[in-house]
Amino acid sequence: MHSNRYTLIFTTTITMVLAFILSSVFSSLDDLTQKNIQADIKKNILSSLGFSPSIEAPWTVENVEEIFNESIVSFVVNSSGEVVPNKLPEDIDPKLEEGLFPLYKKVVDGNTDGFAIPISGKGLWGTMYGYFAIEPDGATAKGITFYRHIETPGLGAEVDKPWFQQNFVGKRFIDDDGNLVGIQTVKGKVDESSDEAYHLVDGITGATMTSRGLNQFLLKGLQIYNPYFDQIRKGNKG
Amino acid sequence: MALLSKQSKKAVADPLMSNNPISLQVLGICSALAVTTKLDIALVMTLAVIAVLCISNTVISLIRNLIPSKVRIIVQLSVIASMVILTDLILQAYMYDISKQLSVFVSLIITNCIIMGRAEAFAMQNGPWKSFLDGLGNGLGYGIILIGVGFFRELLGSGTLYGYQVIPEFIYAAGYENMGLMVLSPGAFIILGLIVWVQKIVGKVDQE
Repeated sequence: MHSNRYTLIFTTTITMVLAFILSSVFSSLDDLTQKNIQADIKKNILSSLGFSPSIEAPWTVENVEEIFNESIVSFVVNSSGEVVPNKLPEDIDPKLEEGLFPLYKKVVDGNTDGFAIPISGKGLWGTMYGYFAIEPDGATAKGITFYRHIETPGLGAEVDKPWFQQNFVGKRFIDDDGNLVGIQTVKGKVDESSDEAYHLVDGITGATMTSRGLNQFLLKGLQIYNPYFDQIRKGNKG
Repeated sequence: MALLSKQSKKAVADPLMSNNPISLQVLGICSALAVTTKLDIALVMTLAVIAVLCISNTVISLIRNLIPSKVRIIVQLSVIASMVILTDLILQAYMYDISKQLSVFVSLIITNCIIMGRAEAFAMQNGPWKSFLDGLGNGLGYGIILIGVGFFRELLGSGTLYGYQVIPEFIYAAGYENMGLMVLSPGAFIILGLIVWVQKIVGKVDQE
């Protein structure tokens, strides 16, 4: 039987050794991990805006960075839709600053080719995070992606699948009178002949709560950026 | 050259079949349900568990004579927890996409009964090399079941294997549908139950 003294010394030593190993591994790998996280966010912005990796050029941390710097302009808008000068999305400290929202613009040969806004909100099991891309007209959906969620695989997690995301492309979230209506997923298939079809997409069978959450937080996200896109729709900005 | 003695071979081979940690000892069921919807996730989870099991078994075996017996469980747990965090950090740095999908389940390896069980039942009594082999064997035994369950769940639930479409389009056109049940936890229970059943018949394993 070991003495109490020995036990104390032993546990202290082993705790210190293990803590030392873990903290040194953490600090040596942290840069790499942070790069992965940043690249993952950029990947999602890019894919919502219609970029996709090919077999010849798969997306690696480096070339995602390259494509992003080449074609994406990031900036920040405030709640009345004005661009905040000299501020980048990564400068926003959500704990200190409210009312600042990141926006990503895709530029091809000097022309705006679309915008991406972050969207997030409750699904069935937890918060879902993604990006919603908008055509240069400020009224039509260009794409949607999700980069983090814990929805049920095969049901709610179908939001990751191309068939679901493709549904959004070309749908309008503004009605004929210029009001924001959002894009709603419906139960089953959309009746294409209905007057409402322009802002409805096919739902996911068995994922009612996920779809309902998505409807709500997508609309909420669009409302935040509506002052900015309102100006675009009126042709004041390009 | 006899790299592995007969006894060592037994330490690796036994947990694969006749003393499988999942299907016979019914340990580690939770992760077998959670990470088997897709084959690639099951495979990475298997590798993570093998790594943790081998390292923790070896480390615990090396210090087994120094560990005061009244705090041995806590010491084992802290070694295991450290190895799991280490694995998680490495996955996040080098296999970010997969680590995102495994999410919380890598951290939950800490609570995987197989690892604690092997540390307490084997590594505390045996030398480092034998403990390493025991860890390898049990990790592989765990992995075989995980991959087996993952194979059927991905095939029947999504029509793919390792992310590649294997069920051809014309079968879907003929009215075939993916079995939604297979991607939910009950699907894993059913497959796991069938595996245990088949193994009992084929292996003629009689526990009692």
